[in-house]
Amino acid sequence: MANTKSKPKLATAPAEATASAEELHKYYREMLLVRRFEEKAGQMYGMGLIGGFCHLYIGQEAVVIGVEQAINNEDPVITSYRCHAHAIARGVDPRKVFAELTGRGAGISKGKGGSMHMFSPEHGFWGGHGIVGAQVPLGTGIAFALKYRESDRACMTYFGDGAANQGQVHEAYNMAALWKLPVVYIIENNQYAMGTAVKRASAEIDFFKHGEGFGIPGIQCDGMDVLATRDAAREAVSFVRAGNGPILIEMKTYRYRGHSMSDPAKYRTKEEVQEVRRSQDPIEQVKGRLIDGGHADEAALKDVDREVRAAINEAAEFAQNAPEPDVAELFTDILADAEDA
Amino acid sequence: MATITVREALRDAMAEEMRRDDSVFLMGEEVAEYEGAYKVSQGLLAEFGPKRVVDTPITEAGFAGVGVGAGFMGLRPIVEFMTFNFAMQAIDQIINSAAKTRYMSGGTVGCPIVFRGPNGAASRVAAQHSQDYSSWYAHVPGLIVVAPHTAADAKGLLKSAIRSPNPVMFLENEILYGRSFDVPDDDYVIPLGVANTVRPGEDVTVVSFSRGIEYSLEAAEQLASDDISAEVIDLRTLRPLDIDAIVESVSRTNRLVTVEEGWPTAGIGSEVAAQVMDRAFDSLDAPVKRVSGADVPMPYAANLEKLTLPRVETIVEAVKAVCYR
Repeated sequence: MANTKSKPKLATAPAEATASAEELHKYYREMLLVRRFEEKAGQMYGMGLIGGFCHLYIGQEAVVIGVEQAINNEDPVITSYRCHAHAIARGVDPRKVFAELTGRGAGISKGKGGSMHMFSPEHGFWGGHGIVGAQVPLGTGIAFALKYRESDRACMTYFGDGAANQGQVHEAYNMAALWKLPVVYIIENNQYAMGTAVKRASAEIDFFKHGEGFGIPGIQCDGMDVLATRDAAREAVSFVRAGNGPILIEMKTYRYRGHSMSDPAKYRTKEEVQEVRRSQDPIEQVKGRLIDGGHADEAALKDVDREVRAAINEAAEFAQNAPEPDVAELFTDILADAEDA
Repeated sequence: MATITVREALRDAMAEEMRRDDSVFLMGEEVAEYEGAYKVSQGLLAEFGPKRVVDTPITEAGFAGVGVGAGFMGLRPIVEFMTFNFAMQAIDQIINSAAKTRYMSGGTVGCPIVFRGPNGAASRVAAQHSQDYSSWYAHVPGLIVVAPHTAADAKGLLKSAIRSPNPVMFLENEILYGRSFDVPDDDYVIPLGVANTVRPGEDVTVVSFSRGIEYSLEAAEQLASDDISAEVIDLRTLRPLDIDAIVESVSRTNRLVTVEEGWPTAGIGSEVAAQVMDRAFDSLDAPVKRVSGADVPMPYAANLEKLTLPRVETIVEAVKAVCYR
């Protein structure tokens, strides 16, 4: 289905996209974990327990959870500052993610990175980057290293509709296509670059077509449907693994919260947000599939939610009680000692 | 001991390190088939092939980022900028991605990368192609900054830079590429962060680096005929600064002049002066004097360009001033 020719084509997950009961349960729990995490982070931000910028992923859960079904930890992942969900989806302990948000020594970056800078090489997670679009050449460089080492893995390089207009993103497209690098560019089109609607910022709002001039095929998919994102990612990953070079997936998604915690989101109506939540919510969609398919009832799913909330609360509690970094950490991790080489 | 040019020394350093470690590769504009815009990578494509000597499109931000991403994964990229003037297109990737990631990741993600190319004033190419970025990069924690003068230093320091687990800014100089120096035959490295006394003296310490050493040594020669004995220290590495070597020298000479091609404001000389004031104020018998490039964008006209760069006579005057002569 992915068009392997130079001309990108519109592809959506096939109507017959299916998942077993077990898979649906897995997706439900994983997306719920991300949502409850982010809701809790929002609360803690409001309580002053988290400082600085904090960009929540609520509404976009189907993107990262769908893609994770198509890859494993040997496939590197890199993304922007909206990175909590990506870290958790990679398998990073939510306690370490919360502890990073609260600026504690037990954080995944020892409290030195904060919300926007989380990394875990052991989980194949390469950040967590704060400059819009900068992670795209970096992800392309990770793919360069994969090819250099003759690995059959692919680098998932996530960015938003805002970053998609950065010059260095197009520079990366060019090199990835020129050198046939194993990279999947995943554009999380959540419709707004901070407060600017896509149609006000992009001359071509079908982002999956942005690779056309470089001969990079593109797939557009419903980013609110985890089966669609999963299938699009599987298709893209197999295309890349076959040595065809890069591919681009535009996942049309939506964030329910503001760009960051300090954004009241006055550039869109409450009704617009309500309508997406009512009709397209990624978690509700899976819940519907579980119930309609007779795989679970409301009570069982509530139990799952209770378990997830309990785990999140425990993790958040941990992060609030963990000590701040030792002051001696101020001057560590700037340069590696030569013997670490 | 062989006599080779700085250009050849840099090529030899890369070739030796590429033979030693197959994770080392070179990328940049015109580095492969053209063999380098300044012919620094001569012969490398023939020996190592296109996988390890990679011509890039003209896309500095992009390929700098690609290099950093490859470095995260444990490769050892050498990223050549045709000149450091063009690296301003890529400075976000150098600073925000290469220099800061180790810290931001709590030490879990490092980047062993070398960014190299000609820096500083070239000849008659005007403001956008003639600028010294030494103090820009020396400002940044997370970077190591090297600016060699001789071929032997260029070779030994570049080999250390390639082996370093950290991002290294390797600032070469176009005018120096063609200069010849004696270079040891054996496989050697020069440690990063160590200055070198290139001319011993008693009356005044002159601290400089890169092409500034040429001017400083010539000035020292002239001063000798006026019976002033100048000690010339080549910093070689600008970050970390070998302040101990400077302080040791100043404790003997009690006078200090700094020489650089860059602009005076917030320059390397300013930093050296501040640190010497901090560490060796009681040793100073005169205020430190800075000789630098003029505080203007580089002009094209030959006479104006000449006035913009540090000159031997300016250094001689500065030394005489701190010696009250």
